[in-house]
Amino acid sequence: MESVIERISRGQFWDFHGGIHPPEQKTLTSTKPIKQLALPKQLIIPLQQHIGLEGDILVSIGEHVLKGQPLTASTNPMEVPIHAPTSGTISAIKMSVIAHPSGLEQLCIFLDVDGLDTWRKRNVCPDLSLLTNHQIIEKIADSGIAGMGGAGFPTHIKASSKPDINFLIINGAECEPYITSDDLLMMEQSIAIVDGIEILDRLLSPAFILIGIEDNKPKAIRALQQATKDNEKIKICVVPTKYPIGGEKQLIHTLTGKEVPAGQLPIHSGIVMHNVATCFAINEAVRHDTPLIRRVVTVTGQALNKPQNVWALLGTPINFLLEQCELEVIENVKQPVIMGGPMMGFSVSSEMVPIVKISNCILVPSKKEMPSAFEKESQEVECIRCGQCSDVCPSNLLPQELQWSAKAKDHPQLQKLNLSDCIECGACAYVCPSQIPLVHYYRVAKAEIREKHQLDLKAERAKVRFEARKLRLEKEKLARQEKNKKAAAARKAAMNKATPEATGAKSAVAAALARVKAKKAAQENPESAKTVDSAEASTTEVAKDQKSQVAAAIARAKAKKQQKEAASEQPKTSVSEKPDNITPTAQATDQKSKVAAAIARAKAKKQQKETASQSPASENGEKTNAEVKVAQETKKETVSKTEQKSEVTPSNSSIKEDAQTDDITSVQTQNNPDTSTAASQPNAVDKKAKIAAAIAKAKAKKKLKETNAAAETSTDKDNG
Amino acid sequence: MNILLAILVLGGIAAVFGALLGYASIRFKVDGDPIVEQLDALLPQTQCGQCGYPGCKPYAQAVADGEAINKCAPGGEDTIKKIADLMGVEVQPLDESHVKGDTAESNRPKVAFIIEEDCIGCTKCIQACPVDAIIGAAKQMHTIIIDECTGCDLCVAPCPVDCIEMREIPETIHNWQWDLKTIPVKQVN
Repeated sequence: MESVIERISRGQFWDFHGGIHPPEQKTLTSTKPIKQLALPKQLIIPLQQHIGLEGDILVSIGEHVLKGQPLTASTNPMEVPIHAPTSGTISAIKMSVIAHPSGLEQLCIFLDVDGLDTWRKRNVCPDLSLLTNHQIIEKIADSGIAGMGGAGFPTHIKASSKPDINFLIINGAECEPYITSDDLLMMEQSIAIVDGIEILDRLLSPAFILIGIEDNKPKAIRALQQATKDNEKIKICVVPTKYPIGGEKQLIHTLTGKEVPAGQLPIHSGIVMHNVATCFAINEAVRHDTPLIRRVVTVTGQALNKPQNVWALLGTPINFLLEQCELEVIENVKQPVIMGGPMMGFSVSSEMVPIVKISNCILVPSKKEMPSAFEKESQEVECIRCGQCSDVCPSNLLPQELQWSAKAKDHPQLQKLNLSDCIECGACAYVCPSQIPLVHYYRVAKAEIREKHQLDLKAERAKVRFEARKLRLEKEKLARQEKNKKAAAARKAAMNKATPEATGAKSAVAAALARVKAKKAAQENPESAKTVDSAEASTTEVAKDQKSQVAAAIARAKAKKQQKEAASEQPKTSVSEKPDNITPTAQATDQKSKVAAAIARAKAKKQQKETASQSPASENGEKTNAEVKVAQETKKETVSKTEQKSEVTPSNSSIKEDAQTDDITSVQTQNNPDTSTAASQPNAVDKKAKIAAAIAKAKAKKKLKETNAAAETSTDKDNG
Repeated sequence: MNILLAILVLGGIAAVFGALLGYASIRFKVDGDPIVEQLDALLPQTQCGQCGYPGCKPYAQAVADGEAINKCAPGGEDTIKKIADLMGVEVQPLDESHVKGDTAESNRPKVAFIIEEDCIGCTKCIQACPVDAIIGAAKQMHTIIIDECTGCDLCVAPCPVDCIEMREIPETIHNWQWDLKTIPVKQVN
């Protein structure tokens, strides 16, 4: 360990593999002080500006908020709250395009600035010795500080101490071309930065504190040396300028010679790294109770007349910054705007994108400066296997191999080649003579691998849940069977027991069975009695016969129907009576059929007169029908008559009908054509009736057969 | 005599090596990873039943027993290719008869969504869900645990009031995929 410090004090550092020296372009902005801007009209504050989760919204639309008032609250260590950067009114909380390469929308709070810039009440704390470490960490967490170097990891997690921290490294390297925000901050706010470092020193109590600065920032180095001259613990390490020395792992390796193992955080090796801007924010938060509401942003590029570092409130739309720095608008050219540096930044899709905690640079290059940003088509050609990319890779990877595997979507191979260790610095793409956008292939592959991993996890979970469900269903089934079995056994046992209750229950069951039987029998009896009433005398007599039984059942149904009809209308029934096919027409309650019935009756009356000799006999027969047995002899006559006419006279079962029935019998004999016409008339009118008639016809045929049989049996009986 | 000696020596050597091999085969017995487990690991575990089997494991078993490898619609070509590699058979195109609905409309994954105002609380979908991703009770409104839903579609048909629909998972910055077609940032020269 001592040797590390010796080497540092001697100004000897380790070198990391690879690296490039792109044109710095830092002088565009490094010579001008940080500019204070006027307040913009509206701020768009995304809820999530860091790695982690969104907080819960505390404010509502229309609410007036003061500068520094929290807008969200965090309930989870990975949530970082956001604050109102100035006083004003919340005008909307809605989805808006944010600073992300996808150009997708995220929930943002829109703040209409009132211009007064009124602070909420602040508790300035001049003496830190009054605060406990826990209180300090709470202050850092409540101030919404997330790593300002680019990744945006919640600072309070990195600051809450773990045992045995060897090195606290403050990253002031700022290796990316164009960007000078940390440089300017170190020049102007070196004392505040050192105060912030001292707070971290107290929280983490590391063995050594190193500040890494590239040797291209002499003013910043001098300012920090001035500020740290009373503190022996802090060592300022001037490292050679080389991109990407500002990368966490690269700077650690350069300063300490240690390599952070793949897939591990530096904290596991006893190293913590913070950005200088984060240190400044920590000091502001702890000492001045000022949450993270603004940051230094380098607004640069040759398309601007006044490129400069500015203090930008979080949520300031980019177009406001560009206006302030006087963007030269060229007609008919879509000016590309890059957020972040030229190496690792991304083009933004809209100029309304707001500044967030991690935005350190807005780059608006001119066409001469960066022609590739203006070209829509990629200039990519095939890889020529020159191997320059692997020479410059700071992570010691094989970029060309990675590129082939990424194109082939060979994920296992990519993992074998340690794609996850790629820091996406862009050095490989910078040197590539074939202009292959290597980093983009890696980003795509990384996202795919991540998604695949998520899917695998999900599939695994689905599998577990599916198996669990199957098991549960199986268990439930068994349990149900068991339960049923048990219940049955219990019932049986209870029945077989000789207890009075059991016998009672038994007898109750027996009684119930008997009751049911009796009920059934009773139901059958009255019905058969009815049949006796309704059916012909002859049929009752042969009721014991099987055939006649069936006939009786059918006749019963018929009788029921007829009963209904008879009840509804007498004359109608009288007409509909005879051939069954008329019944439905009558049912249709057609006026016409009524008329037809009346005609039929009249005709019947006429005929009655004519067939005067026959009528008394039949009348007798009908009358005796009601008394069943008396009419045996007259019945014979009727039966023979029906047989001759092959008409369904007996089936008429016109028992309920009075003297009128004899008219009907006559009508029936001669009026069949009439009734059929009566039927045909409504047929034309009513389609339904037609269908009903067809059914009735079929029924009549059946009935005819049955009644014939019945008649035969009856005649047999009679004869016998 | 010499011949006898030769036979004895060779026989002895054979016996020794035979015993050695026999012992090794028992002592160093390799439990081959059962093929069904390997197949199951390749399947997407949506448990959707589109292959005609009541879940991914039963289909894996069936494939191991010689069933066609091209019946997994959610897995698509990728899964078929992997199964073909594992089973040492030819890659076959996806059997269209096992594709439910039109897959062409979108590639984004979908999850079931219950229109809660319409739900009558019949529990039919709960019984249909192979992964228990629906919460609810009789005559209570049901809802779907999006994170657990495999998008298998099985709950849509049993719903008597058609209040379940399949919705795409919206694209957020968390599940967004880098697209090479967006203008890439180039480096300064």
